[in-house]
Amino acid sequence: MPRQTPFHSRTSALCQGESWQDWSGFLSPTMYELDHIHEYNSIRMGCGLFDISPLFKYFVRGRDAETLLNRIVTRDISKCRVGQVIYTAWCDDAGKIIDDGTVARLSEDSFRMTAAIPTLYWLQDNAFGLEVEIEDASDAYGGLALQGPTSRDLLQQITDADLSKLGYFRIVDTKVGGVPASVSRTGYTGDLGYEIFVTPQNAETLWDALVAKGIDYKMQPAGNVALDMTRIEAGLLLIDVDFQSAAKAMFEVEKTSPYDLGLDWMVKLEKGFFVGQEALRREKARGPAWTTVGLEVDVQGLEKLYSQFSMPLHLPYQSWNTAVPVYADDEKRQHIGRATSGTWSPVLKRYVVIARVKPQHAQLGRRIYLEETIEAQRFAAPATVVPMPFFDPPRKKA
Amino acid sequence: MTQEYDAIIVGGGHNGLTCAAYLAKAGRKVLVLERRYLLGGAAVTEEKFPGFKFTVCSYVVSLLRPEVIRELELPKHGLQIVPLDSAFVPMENGDHLMMYSDPGLLREELKRHSARDADMMPKYSKMMYEMAFAVKPILGYVPPNPAGPGLRGLSTLRNFGKHLKSLDKRVFHQLSKIMTMSANDFLAEWMETDVLRAVSGINGIIGTKLGVKSPGTAYVLLHHYMGELDGAFTAWGSQKGGTGAVSEAIASAARSHGAEIRVNASVQQVIVKGGKAVGVALENGDEIYAKTVISGCDPRVTFRKLIEEKELPADLVRAIDNFKFRGSSGKVNLALDALPKFTSMKDPAMLRGMVEICPSVDYVERAYDDAKYGAFSKRPYMDVEVPTIHDPTMAPPGKHVMSIFVQYASYDMPEYGTRDQQREAFGNAVIDTLAEFAPNLKDIILHKQVLTPWDMEDQIGLTEGNIFQGELTLDQLFFFRPAAGWADFRTPIRNYYQCGSGTHPGGGITAGPGRLAALEVLRDGN
Repeated sequence: MPRQTPFHSRTSALCQGESWQDWSGFLSPTMYELDHIHEYNSIRMGCGLFDISPLFKYFVRGRDAETLLNRIVTRDISKCRVGQVIYTAWCDDAGKIIDDGTVARLSEDSFRMTAAIPTLYWLQDNAFGLEVEIEDASDAYGGLALQGPTSRDLLQQITDADLSKLGYFRIVDTKVGGVPASVSRTGYTGDLGYEIFVTPQNAETLWDALVAKGIDYKMQPAGNVALDMTRIEAGLLLIDVDFQSAAKAMFEVEKTSPYDLGLDWMVKLEKGFFVGQEALRREKARGPAWTTVGLEVDVQGLEKLYSQFSMPLHLPYQSWNTAVPVYADDEKRQHIGRATSGTWSPVLKRYVVIARVKPQHAQLGRRIYLEETIEAQRFAAPATVVPMPFFDPPRKKA
Repeated sequence: MTQEYDAIIVGGGHNGLTCAAYLAKAGRKVLVLERRYLLGGAAVTEEKFPGFKFTVCSYVVSLLRPEVIRELELPKHGLQIVPLDSAFVPMENGDHLMMYSDPGLLREELKRHSARDADMMPKYSKMMYEMAFAVKPILGYVPPNPAGPGLRGLSTLRNFGKHLKSLDKRVFHQLSKIMTMSANDFLAEWMETDVLRAVSGINGIIGTKLGVKSPGTAYVLLHHYMGELDGAFTAWGSQKGGTGAVSEAIASAARSHGAEIRVNASVQQVIVKGGKAVGVALENGDEIYAKTVISGCDPRVTFRKLIEEKELPADLVRAIDNFKFRGSSGKVNLALDALPKFTSMKDPAMLRGMVEICPSVDYVERAYDDAKYGAFSKRPYMDVEVPTIHDPTMAPPGKHVMSIFVQYASYDMPEYGTRDQQREAFGNAVIDTLAEFAPNLKDIILHKQVLTPWDMEDQIGLTEGNIFQGELTLDQLFFFRPAAGWADFRTPIRNYYQCGSGTHPGGGITAGPGRLAALEVLRDGN
């Protein structure tokens, strides 16, 4: 039996299409309506409301909490101040990525970590000799993400916290809709937005408070299709799609390092010891095998491919998550990597793709080709390496 | 006399701005002169009452050419469109028809009205799609002169002929029918439900002084079918911040390429020396010289106001004088204290698309009857949108704005008295009629703005208040727009061009004329 999140009574009442998917054993709405497009647009015009309860949450407390986390993640936790949140990856001994998530510093010696996959054993196994207390709080909290340009104005109506003072990637304990909540200015859409965690018994109160005010701010509950389109626009990677967790991958070829994923900025080799440090140092010295870049499909080139069939240009109506080959040439002679996810971006009016390619083909402006299937025939559609994130509005950090 | 600019564009409407952006992008030194205090022409958003932003005239976007969006990178400059993918049509018997874009939902809804129509609808949509696909290339062509097409014109005609030949014969037959029939007769061959025919026929009469039963209106249905959003035909959308934000996005693109744009700069005349445009004279007496002058104004203004008659051949003067404007639509914009409640609307999500006040074919035809001899419809057709549903920033939190496009109205409606009295009576008829379908309307109106066709001429400069800079009927399209022989954006005056909606491919926020005109200017080496 799939589990229900603490918001299920509310989300299930709204999920017209009854279209659910499995997120870590929980029912998670694919989309609420029969079509995702209004949910998508609410995120870029008003705000979208996501149930993110299935995320794994851990508290790490105690004198050595910072030491433990620093031992695990690739970024430098000592730089994370109280009330700050950082986005980071963590790796295995071979420097292959296990997962990415956020670490929030709640006080000098207490942290909250979110993860996409279960991480309790990893925290415990690395805590040898350290004075820490590790709590798996995954079931102790439900969470909502409120994402989009009106999210701040809406949330401000029902919270005691002064949101104008809550900076990007900052966290505060406050009340929302009258119930205790932890509010961080984080998210997975590349927009202005917040993530709010409450205890399960307060979940419905939080949801109802947001919905009651939401009508004035074009708030709409949104499902995973809309979320996937916005996270691709934001250039954010998705586990099991853009990379495999080394903890789950059965074969070496499936594993990736942070460098392979273009997360070089996240690897702080010069900080103290962390798991995978040596391997990553060696990899950096020898040069990583891959890097991850943004691609923009040349829609005129694509249109030409369709015109061979006397068909008009066809654009993907929603995001896709199945990897396709990337080539250096339109004859498909030189295979140089894979495109792992892509979407037509209604807000950008561009066809954007996340791809893992050989570094020598990764320069901005370089023309490469990705496989496109038209009428069950495979072609190579021209694309250009472009900066990622594709969508990066000033309001995200303002 | 020193040439300060390569090109001066008269009129900062969306086409003038588009033309400016393309010329500036090609490295030309460009100046846009706009008479009003703000840019956009008929595509403007104005905060008429504090906190409430009105899409004053033009209110939805669909026909905006994808190549313009791409080439000018408009999303980077603020273009953001949300689809309006449904239409709620309240009926006089208290029922309604909900036009969903989802074929399954639409079928279920139509079944309530006619099982036959429910089955027929996908076939009708497919046929319209095929026809739209067939004629769509025309939107990107420079119209040739049929009397003397020249090599390039011939090649355009040949390409299009080839394209038409590749079509199914059935499509070709339908195409011939749609070119000649009335919207209602054409639709009657497909659908039996009266209200379905009424709402489907509406696109045939927008911006024209014709009724749904007037021959020739069927083609305009097709014109509206060519709108697209994200590769999907017929999709209409609402721009964040109103249509003025589309104009602002194009202006921003133009500026990013170096174009200079001045508002409050009213051009009185184009200066012509030896049959050649050399600059413009402003109302304040200033003269500005340039290599080319391009008018984004409508054909009447372009040829009959900005230019002296003696500069033009008589047949062109006559053609322009005969060009039909006769604005037939008005606009009412409301600031609302709450959302309107339509009697038969069960689900508030139905307000996300358009609301169409056209309960029956005869209702719409009677609306035309009233207007035929110069009046407004006592019970008009209305195309209603609540933009704040999608973009809460158009009004203070919890408040709303409503855009009501109204047909028919007339340029002069003397039976109602002075212009002010005409406007008042027209506005009242609109609100009274709409309140029949949404009874709480009168209680929630905070402010209103009413525009008659005369107001559109007075405020925006549209001759006789025609929203398309001239009716979109077959006799005024393609190589007839605005006059046979002068549809390729050029004029009899050297270095004087036209780029408004009065040229091909016509009205609506298409940016097509602006782009094609710019490409012709550049082609001439100017």
